Amino acid sequence: MNIRLNGTEQSVADGASVSTLVSQLTGRSIGPDGRAADGRKLGVAVARNAEVVPRSQWHATALADGDDVELVTAVQGG
Amino acid sequence: MNETTFAGTQAVPMTGAVADPFVVDGVRLGSRLIMGTGGAPSLDGLGAALVASGTELTTVAMRRYSPAETGSLFQLLEDRQIRVLPNTAGCFTAKDAVLTAELAREALETDWVKLEVIADEHTLLPDAVELVDATEQLVARGFKVFAYTNDDPVLALRLENLGAAAVMPLGAPIGTGLGILNPHNIELIVSRASVPVVLDAGIGTASDAALAMELGCDAVLLATAVTRAQNPVLMGEAFKHAVIAGRLAKMGGRIPRREHALASSAMEGRAEFL
Repeated sequence: MNIRLNGTEQSVADGASVSTLVSQLTGRSIGPDGRAADGRKLGVAVARNAEVVPRSQWHATALADGDDVELVTAVQGG
Repeated sequence: MNETTFAGTQAVPMTGAVADPFVVDGVRLGSRLIMGTGGAPSLDGLGAALVASGTELTTVAMRRYSPAETGSLFQLLEDRQIRVLPNTAGCFTAKDAVLTAELAREALETDWVKLEVIADEHTLLPDAVELVDATEQLVARGFKVFAYTNDDPVLALRLENLGAAAVMPLGAPIGTGLGILNPHNIELIVSRASVPVVLDAGIGTASDAALAMELGCDAVLLATAVTRAQNPVLMGEAFKHAVIAGRLAKMGGRIPRREHALASSAMEGRAEFL
């Protein structure tokens, strides 16, 4: 299936969870609580169809075809 | 309100010889300088400037994650134990600002937010209507709102009454370095506020920051003035001292301005030369 990730079309496995997507993009292993398995903070957040998905819900939230996903992090800014 | 000490701060922050913590939302900060991270050409240079400035709170923006840029600002701030104040820079509507704040809370695990809702890219001035709307919504959602606002005493009080944790009037438009264009309004905002007032934006050099403190502001927020200075480390240190000097001058109490000269040496007992 296809989703829009940060404004770009991307294909993901059918039924993939938000957690799987975040893990693939950041290269970090993520536990069921939405935290990195290495214990360090991830520093990212996800919005799906313009609504924030709390990290506690990443594991249980399956992506659907056509979803619009934004993955953001902290960058320099005043 | 319960006062907590952030890891890395002194137990009793000092201004010169005076115990003088900057307390916002019950959190005690050891510096009255909030240095933003915007505008620095490299992460290494930014880290050095942040340390030189002595800041314990810094702003960041929220942007799309890019796997290519994992030299992490987030990690740099964690390593230096500098508390993060995410902003909503680039938002033109209350709706976007609220969503951005929610993302920041989730990503950075803080309910503090520097609320910026700008009217247009040319002036970067706050849009008062959207700002009021966003403040109301964010306060209702449990955020601690640091409201970036125009130097308008009426609006500043409105924001406080809506529950803002701090009001942050601009000295001049973002990035201009024009200093404090309306000191009278800043003084007026300070005199009526019961939440911290942070002079935000427009600072060009150290004396601007000292003036902000002399006018009674509780803290100063700046980024460009350090990150785009010719030598950001020196400028960071200059601002550290400027904020302390301005604060001490405010507490010390300046002399009144006079029309005519007033000798400080006695006229009596002078030698007479015949």
